[in-house]
Amino acid sequence: MRVISTTRRELLQGAAMVAAAGFAPKLAFAQDAARRLIVAADSEPRNLNPAMIASNGVFFVSSKIVEPLAEASYDGPNGLAPRLAVGWSGSEDGLSATFKLRSGVTWHDGKPFTSADVAFSAMQIWKPLQNLGRIVFKDLESVETPDETTAIFRFSKPTPFQLVRNALPALTSVVPKHIYETGDIAENPANTAPIGTGPFRFGEHKPGEYYKLVRNENYWQKDLPKLDEILYRVLPDRAAAANAIEADEIQLAAFSAVPLADLDRVSKIEGIAVVTTGYEALTYQLIVEINHRRKELADLKVRRAIAHAIDRDYVVRTIFLGHATASTGPVPRNDTQFYTSDVPSYPYDVAKANALLDEAGYRRDTNGRRFSLRLLPAPYFNETKQFGDYLRQALAEIGIDAQLVSNDAAGHQKAVYTDHDFDLAIAPPVFRGDPAISTTILVRSGTPDGVPFSNQGGYVNSELDNLIDRAAVTLDEQARIALYQEFQRRVVDDLPLINVVEWNFITVSRWSVKNVSNNPRWAVSNWADTAIDS
Amino acid sequence: MQRALRLVARRLLGAIPVLAIVVAGTFLLLELAPGDAVDAYIASTGGDATMITALRESWGLNQSAAARFGLFVSRLAHGDLGWSISFSRPVLDVIMERLPRTLLLMGSATALSFALGTLLGIIAGARPGSIRDRILSAGSLALYAMPSFWLGLVLSVVFAVNLRWFPLSGFETIASSKTGISRALDIASHLALPVTALGLVYMALYMRVMRASMAEIWREDFVRALIARGFGHFRIVRHVARNALLPLVTMLGVQAAVMLGGSVVIESVFAVPGLGRLTQEAVAQRDTPLLLGIILVSAVFVIAVNLIVDLLYAWLDPRIGASGETL
Repeated sequence: MRVISTTRRELLQGAAMVAAAGFAPKLAFAQDAARRLIVAADSEPRNLNPAMIASNGVFFVSSKIVEPLAEASYDGPNGLAPRLAVGWSGSEDGLSATFKLRSGVTWHDGKPFTSADVAFSAMQIWKPLQNLGRIVFKDLESVETPDETTAIFRFSKPTPFQLVRNALPALTSVVPKHIYETGDIAENPANTAPIGTGPFRFGEHKPGEYYKLVRNENYWQKDLPKLDEILYRVLPDRAAAANAIEADEIQLAAFSAVPLADLDRVSKIEGIAVVTTGYEALTYQLIVEINHRRKELADLKVRRAIAHAIDRDYVVRTIFLGHATASTGPVPRNDTQFYTSDVPSYPYDVAKANALLDEAGYRRDTNGRRFSLRLLPAPYFNETKQFGDYLRQALAEIGIDAQLVSNDAAGHQKAVYTDHDFDLAIAPPVFRGDPAISTTILVRSGTPDGVPFSNQGGYVNSELDNLIDRAAVTLDEQARIALYQEFQRRVVDDLPLINVVEWNFITVSRWSVKNVSNNPRWAVSNWADTAIDS
Repeated sequence: MQRALRLVARRLLGAIPVLAIVVAGTFLLLELAPGDAVDAYIASTGGDATMITALRESWGLNQSAAARFGLFVSRLAHGDLGWSISFSRPVLDVIMERLPRTLLLMGSATALSFALGTLLGIIAGARPGSIRDRILSAGSLALYAMPSFWLGLVLSVVFAVNLRWFPLSGFETIASSKTGISRALDIASHLALPVTALGLVYMALYMRVMRASMAEIWREDFVRALIARGFGHFRIVRHVARNALLPLVTMLGVQAAVMLGGSVVIESVFAVPGLGRLTQEAVAQRDTPLLLGIILVSAVFVIAVNLIVDLLYAWLDPRIGASGETL
């Protein structure tokens, strides 16, 4: 029998081999799939069904798998390009909308896509379950399907077709009826492994590591997609995303995953492009939410004083490093349909702000303070937190002592939107192409407690509510636009909230990635024509 | 042998109240944190009042805290850690997926810091007060003063971004379908930087303790006796080092818990999907069952390591517990 023994020399040799092993895999990197795009992902949504959860975090992954009826476009009529629908029109009376659907499309499991899928998605998911669809499709009564490529939406009340059209990119992701019709929709396995008609099929999700999407060989658009695989690599640390793209471990970081402070440095690196377009249809707004239950804040003079105390240009320059625009009101400047600059303005003017507060009867005490309040910045972005620090200082200038209260997402949601345990809060809502989708809810009264990004500040203005309700059923496009311009004037005049700046995200990509940002919702569109040079 | 068994039995009994306090404390802290799992979910998805109520009901959050805690304890008594809300999977499965990675990271970092720290400690402690000792002591103090996440960032910028010797982050090359040796090598190359970042900081600690302990032993009578008998310097160093090693073994046990905490930070910097990152997610999502599971598993781990250390201690130094009473 041989006794197994290890000499010191063997041990050292072994140790040297293990050390050398660290370098070996570098040689093996080249074997990966030739047309694989690796992108940074900072979160892992637990539900990937975009028909149920219309949010950019979900779309970022699922929009490549599940497609909407139409997508936003830079040059298409009304800013749209066809996807699963090839044509759409609304009736004169606003009670119906007809969609002509694409034929010859199949689901990833091989079953044909038909109007029944659209009817099912609309009636069973968009209207009753979707966070945004509940508002836009609230009067949808039925969807008729006279043939396999026609879907007619019937509304119980006149619904402006302009609104339906503007809602197409974000609110109309179509999911397969045959997968969802049995069992509880919320518990369907396809919510975590979506099945759609898009250019990519769901591959796998390794929690904490990556999502893998693979090429759909039977995509309805010939010769597309141009990639074999998309990998979403989970990188929760923001500094990690900047380093990863520099080391070419990822090729693309969307949604400003590379922090603004790093952009200047990164843009100078050979092989890396900083792209500031491709987000025009998902403009984020930085707003100050106001709790009108607080006596001082219920006074319009105080709200105006706060608006005058904020130096918007300074916020744009220092917090957003120039990658933002000062807001004039609740509709962002880059909106092409509804925006008006004809609104009251509150230029930065500390003296005027102080005068307004004196006028309102809130005089400074011996310490120079008028009153104190709690300020809750939303934790979702660096910029919302930094603006919290800025606003505290700006308020101190006018004698308002703001105490910052920092929560994580769950704590913020509960404090602001459920318990109303705040005086001022900072929120980043999204403008989605039509004020009726996710903007009027920020000021209209009557939303139940607990709904995020809605009026939870106790603001009630029946005239404004009335205006919002009229605009929601006004069919004539010009008349509807006029109503929303009036809406902007009223909001800015009465300040139920204060719009500070608006911003679009930034994409950082390697030069090897082609066709980046070629539509106004690019990061959350299907990436069928995105290509990579190997 | 019997002594060891008695020790194990006593420690296991003693562990039960510790675990009970840990579990109850964690539950209470999470209850006190503002917002619950539904708030965390709604904050990322949006939703209206009916959806919020429905979710609270289906996740069992409409029940009182006492009822939920009772349910957790009764499940636990049956060996069931429960169901993770944010992963929609059994807690044990989720933890077991991540635990081996953290253990590998921690184990490698511990081995690195212990081995290197002891070695450098011996070198420094061989002649306390010498130039070599002063340089090593100053160096270790500098290392110890560094936050591990900062060291991690520096290492990754230098060795992954600039030199590209090592991959920047992750546990292994994603979606690579490597197996066997090539997978092991892949993991080794991914862990090189995080292990170094985590290990170096603690290495400084081991080195300083080893050096201090040796400096003390140099003054003992037996050393003087050895010198008097004309032993060479290196033989004496061997004796001194062997006697100085004991406090380090104690530290090994104490450091297990600290290391677990340190890996939370390092896992985040290097995007290693381990237990540390999972803990962060569980807190952010207010996933009480998952967090309780993680805390429980971690506590069991720390208790087990300390038990092993105590056994090792008794074995290394027969003087300890020779009467059978000190243990």
